[in-house]
Amino acid sequence: MNAKLTLGPVFFNWPPENLRDFYFKIADESCVDSVCVGEVVCSKRAPFFEPYAAEVIDRLTAAGKEVVHSTLALIMTTREMDLVRDMAACEEFFVEANDIAACALLSGRRHALGPFINVYNEGTLEYLAKGGAERICLPPELPEKSVSALAKTSKAELEVMVFGRLPLAVSARCYHARAHKLTKDNCQYVCAGDADGMEIETLDGDPFLAVNGTQTLSHAYYNLAAELAALLAIGVKRFRLSPHHTDMTAVARLFKDVLEAKESPEDAEAALAELVGGAPFSNGYFHGREGGRRL
Amino acid sequence: MTARAPLELVCPAGTPAALHAAVDAGADAVYLGFRDETNARNFPGLNFNRQELEEGLAYARQRGAKILVAINTFPEAGNPGPWRSAVDDSASIGVDAVILADIGLADYAVRKHPGLRRHLSVQAAASNPEAIRFYQEAFGVKRVVLPRVLTVAEIAALNKKISVETEVFVFGGLCVMAEGRCALSSYVTGVSPNKDGVCSPASHVRYEDQGDRLVSKLGDFTINAFDEDEPAGYPTLCKGRFVAQGRASYLFEEPTSLSAARLLPELMDAGVTALKIEGRQRGRAYIAKVTAAFRAAVDAVARGEPAPDLDLGAVTEGQRQTAGVYDKTWR
Repeated sequence: MNAKLTLGPVFFNWPPENLRDFYFKIADESCVDSVCVGEVVCSKRAPFFEPYAAEVIDRLTAAGKEVVHSTLALIMTTREMDLVRDMAACEEFFVEANDIAACALLSGRRHALGPFINVYNEGTLEYLAKGGAERICLPPELPEKSVSALAKTSKAELEVMVFGRLPLAVSARCYHARAHKLTKDNCQYVCAGDADGMEIETLDGDPFLAVNGTQTLSHAYYNLAAELAALLAIGVKRFRLSPHHTDMTAVARLFKDVLEAKESPEDAEAALAELVGGAPFSNGYFHGREGGRRL
Repeated sequence: MTARAPLELVCPAGTPAALHAAVDAGADAVYLGFRDETNARNFPGLNFNRQELEEGLAYARQRGAKILVAINTFPEAGNPGPWRSAVDDSASIGVDAVILADIGLADYAVRKHPGLRRHLSVQAAASNPEAIRFYQEAFGVKRVVLPRVLTVAEIAALNKKISVETEVFVFGGLCVMAEGRCALSSYVTGVSPNKDGVCSPASHVRYEDQGDRLVSKLGDFTINAFDEDEPAGYPTLCKGRFVAQGRASYLFEEPTSLSAARLLPELMDAGVTALKIEGRQRGRAYIAKVTAAFRAAVDAVARGEPAPDLDLGAVTEGQRQTAGVYDKTWR
């Protein structure tokens, strides 16, 4: 059995030095096989990490990790288009497209597709695989039935997100700025104050969502530790952990141990619950139900 | 100002009666969907069967209007049948274009029916020149319905870089998230715009009278609460009231609807080809009134006159209006 773990891109606006140190620890101590780097949510944040990018990539590579360069999920401005164009032009990089523009620019050479590309069926998968997509992280909304159907015919390696707050939506509007009575152009980078997103509650005080700038995530942490066996049986061999402000090295170890049958899903889950500070888990999408539901 | 060709007016129809109303009121084109999960307004009692489409097409043709069929959800893995039939039937009935979002389905359409004109749905969220070029080169898309994420200035810049037509929303419901990339509804209800063609479905809506307030819920979650003197709105998830930073507010967007009528001259200058009115779920009286108002506005602007004030307060039930993202400050 050769299951692999990918650490997805960090969605949140962490201080660049913390982000650097986070990746150093991942390089030095974690069991993940691949690591996504790059800003996916907001182009305004992209410059901050640039001074550290080269040393982080070197450290990850030296540690034997495959580095995946993730691109923006929503491209609106000329500047954003240029950012993605520059990334796609780096032929030595293994790039993960999160917008069809990036797919188009990467067509003809090997690349990956992130969960923001709408791969819902065999026709789309086959078309994009022919263009060079050799690894595809499926949209988290897909139920087991769909993942199973795709796995039957896919020539690309399929990846399924198994841990972290679900990326539910992306917008032109910055809700972090709006909640602070600011606008996106004058946002004062207030998103940096919420390492796992800004908590959103209903009027009745129920935890509901998490806002991360222009992105909206679930409050619940998606957790398919108990579904790994089913995923392996379907033929999925690569699993994505979405980074949070916790010990991701420990999170990765737990998932690896479950995959290698060294730990039961139940024990892993108890340990994970502590790592996320008691936040609820959900797994509904995989079972064809509400994404926020725990079955 | 000199006279120019008017912008094409594309109007919604969820029923044959609405189609007649739109055509009679001056729509250049009417868009509609089949009565199943292949379109993004898959609501009970709405949409067309094959015979209704044929009759509607004949009605429109006799009056010089086009029919566009939206097949703009993402086909289910292992179950391409309904979506392929929708494309096949659109081709055999002879509609003017299909509006597609899924790459696999667009690939099917271009191979199977190369003569069938293809538009790219807003659900594909093609918001930049490279994405649009991809759909144009790969699938011969002739027109792109732009996602509601771009300002008028960005639309103008975009149109200079692409050679396909663009269509923009000017009136009706307002998605505040990038279309085709929003799973908020399915997170709460299990039913999704992308897979099932529904957002915040009525089947999952509940109102609870709690004495001094009326609470609206979607699935298990409170979306809004209204005092006795406050009109209670429908709990569309992204138009709800939530608490952030200890403060309750319309976090994503107020319960407003889109009206970009005053921007028609700017949209024309930006190189836009067609204007789209949202609302396939609306009744024929609404469709007739909105279509007629925009017909007059589009013609006035084409003559070089300023955009007239549209008197649509009656049909929007006093709901607030916004020009949305077309104004940069909205972001």
